[in-house]
Amino acid sequence: MTLTVSNLHTHFFTRAGVVKAVDGVDFQIAPGEILGLVGESGSGKSITGFSIMGLIDDPGRIVSGSIRLKGEELVGASEDAMRTVRGNRIAMIFQDPMMTLNPVLRVDTQMVEAIRAHEKISKRDALARCRDALGMVGIPAPEERLRAYPHQLSGGMRQRVAIAIAFLNEPDLIIADEPTTALDVTIQSQIIHEAQSLCKRTGTALVWITHDLAVVAGIADRIAVMYAGRIVETGDIDAVIDTALHPYTVGLLGSVPTSNRRGERLTQIPGMPPNVMNLPKGCAFGERCPRRSSECDAEPLITEPRPAQAVRCFHPHGQGGKL
Amino acid sequence: MTTPILETRNATKRFSRTLDFAAKLAQRLGANVSDETVHAVDGVDLQIMPGEVVGLVGESGCGKSTLGRMVAGILPPTEGSIVFNGVDIAAMDAKAARKAALEIQMIFQDPFASLNPRMRVDQIIGEAPLFHGIVSRAELSDYVDDIMRRTGLDPSLKRRYPHQFSGGQRQRIGIARALAVKPRFLVCDEAIAALDVSIQAQIINLFVDLREELDLTYLFISHDLSVVEHISDRVVIMYLGRVVESAPIADIFDAPNHPYTVALLNEAPRLDQRNRNFQPVKGEIPSPLDPPPGCHFHPRCPHAHARCSAERPVLREVAPGRLSACHLND
Repeated sequence: MTLTVSNLHTHFFTRAGVVKAVDGVDFQIAPGEILGLVGESGSGKSITGFSIMGLIDDPGRIVSGSIRLKGEELVGASEDAMRTVRGNRIAMIFQDPMMTLNPVLRVDTQMVEAIRAHEKISKRDALARCRDALGMVGIPAPEERLRAYPHQLSGGMRQRVAIAIAFLNEPDLIIADEPTTALDVTIQSQIIHEAQSLCKRTGTALVWITHDLAVVAGIADRIAVMYAGRIVETGDIDAVIDTALHPYTVGLLGSVPTSNRRGERLTQIPGMPPNVMNLPKGCAFGERCPRRSSECDAEPLITEPRPAQAVRCFHPHGQGGKL
Repeated sequence: MTTPILETRNATKRFSRTLDFAAKLAQRLGANVSDETVHAVDGVDLQIMPGEVVGLVGESGCGKSTLGRMVAGILPPTEGSIVFNGVDIAAMDAKAARKAALEIQMIFQDPFASLNPRMRVDQIIGEAPLFHGIVSRAELSDYVDDIMRRTGLDPSLKRRYPHQFSGGQRQRIGIARALAVKPRFLVCDEAIAALDVSIQAQIINLFVDLREELDLTYLFISHDLSVVEHISDRVVIMYLGRVVESAPIADIFDAPNHPYTVALLNEAPRLDQRNRNFQPVKGEIPSPLDPPPGCHFHPRCPHAHARCSAERPVLREVAPGRLSACHLND
């Protein structure tokens, strides 16, 4: 396994109370695998990504749990140790590529820096590797682009540069946080295409964090659905989308417009996601759930009603939710 | 034949930046600077029938929002005209123009930026109908309650401020504000793009219900094809300021005509297409400052030939009710 996250709890200790942003998350990811981490805003999907990168700042803290990268524990690792991991063995791609890129440095400066921070290598060799990396993500005339500043590139080009930087040191794992949300459809599909083929080629595992189920369906091998800081359902992409077990997953899938239901009413999940500061007792989805019973006041545990598909629910859909 | 509720005739919007003094001086001295003009919308003819929902789709920079703003009367067209109920808005007298402005309302993308944070919800919703004499001050409270209920808001929350609501509820407030002046035509500019999936579904359903109850006509602007496919009767596809294809919903999704439409449909992510091999269209959207000659799509088009880079294709009927602007149809 490239990455094993078990029982991860990341809480934020604010003046108004404790925000349990991530509250018991478990998942594994194998080399070359693409995991889609799906959830609505506030579900804790981004904080899960930041926790793995060791980027949780005050007032936040990883309270308990373990994150193992190829067997090596990252929770509690020293800042120096984390620095050799970040950008080298785990890389991150953000929604806004300007989070990655420094606006006042040329692309080549930033890329060479990313290599030389982790490796003793001559500047010329590093530059050659940068050029190859830009070529790999489909940037035309990489030689010229190396000498450009980020503002001279379009949004799609910038995101490609950010992806090229992520792949530079051939990391074991890449965490991509909504990397195509701000891009146009045709550019989005180019980026997805490139990320997908790079992962298969280099054996890098990829966690693709998004709110868009349709994008995940296109790219991921496996999917994990988060709600209020927990994974409520996980499994192979086909299994989860065709035969979802958790009522929340079923509701989410029903609220995505698809061609075979043109013009019909969309299923809507009543109410709103709960406030993570003040979660209801028992199942966090209980208040919005159509299958709720008195049992749901207790906390549901993860069960595996079908092979390769796990769910956190007392009343999972038997045959799976109908689309 | 019924008159369209709204028609744009050769609607064109150019934004230009003229040279300032220093730049003019530099030009005199032989520097290579000149006025910059963006052709945001380039001669668009559009007809929308009463009760119809028209989806306007395109990528960023294609001019769909500018067109929406011209239709809503926020931006005047540089050339061409906007015709409401058979009358050119620019030629109306003041009273008729105000009536038309009320009957066309707009709903914006960002429910955070489009509501005044210092006004209470009942003021936001009630201000316009009171000012325009649609309700008297005595009836205002009941009127606001009624509109809030219609849009799925609890009237007991009307003394609150916008920041006390979630994104989905704020979008409902924006819709309530638009409905308060009894419009017949709504321009929705990416009205659900900023919302979470489950909340999106609630707002889409609200749009569908309101259309039936109030007999509304929509121009629904979005980059999201699956949402447009769900809600619209007809789709208009724009690329770099021009309409490239317009067709009834079933036709466009089952048999797209223009190569750009084909590319868009292929690349839109869908739930029923798993782990597939993306075959993306090459290249990026050219800058509208300097659009390619002839057909704007030709540098990215897999079927482009010599004529495409020389001659602008005309938007013409290729089948009943279907318009497309492509030389391949000849």
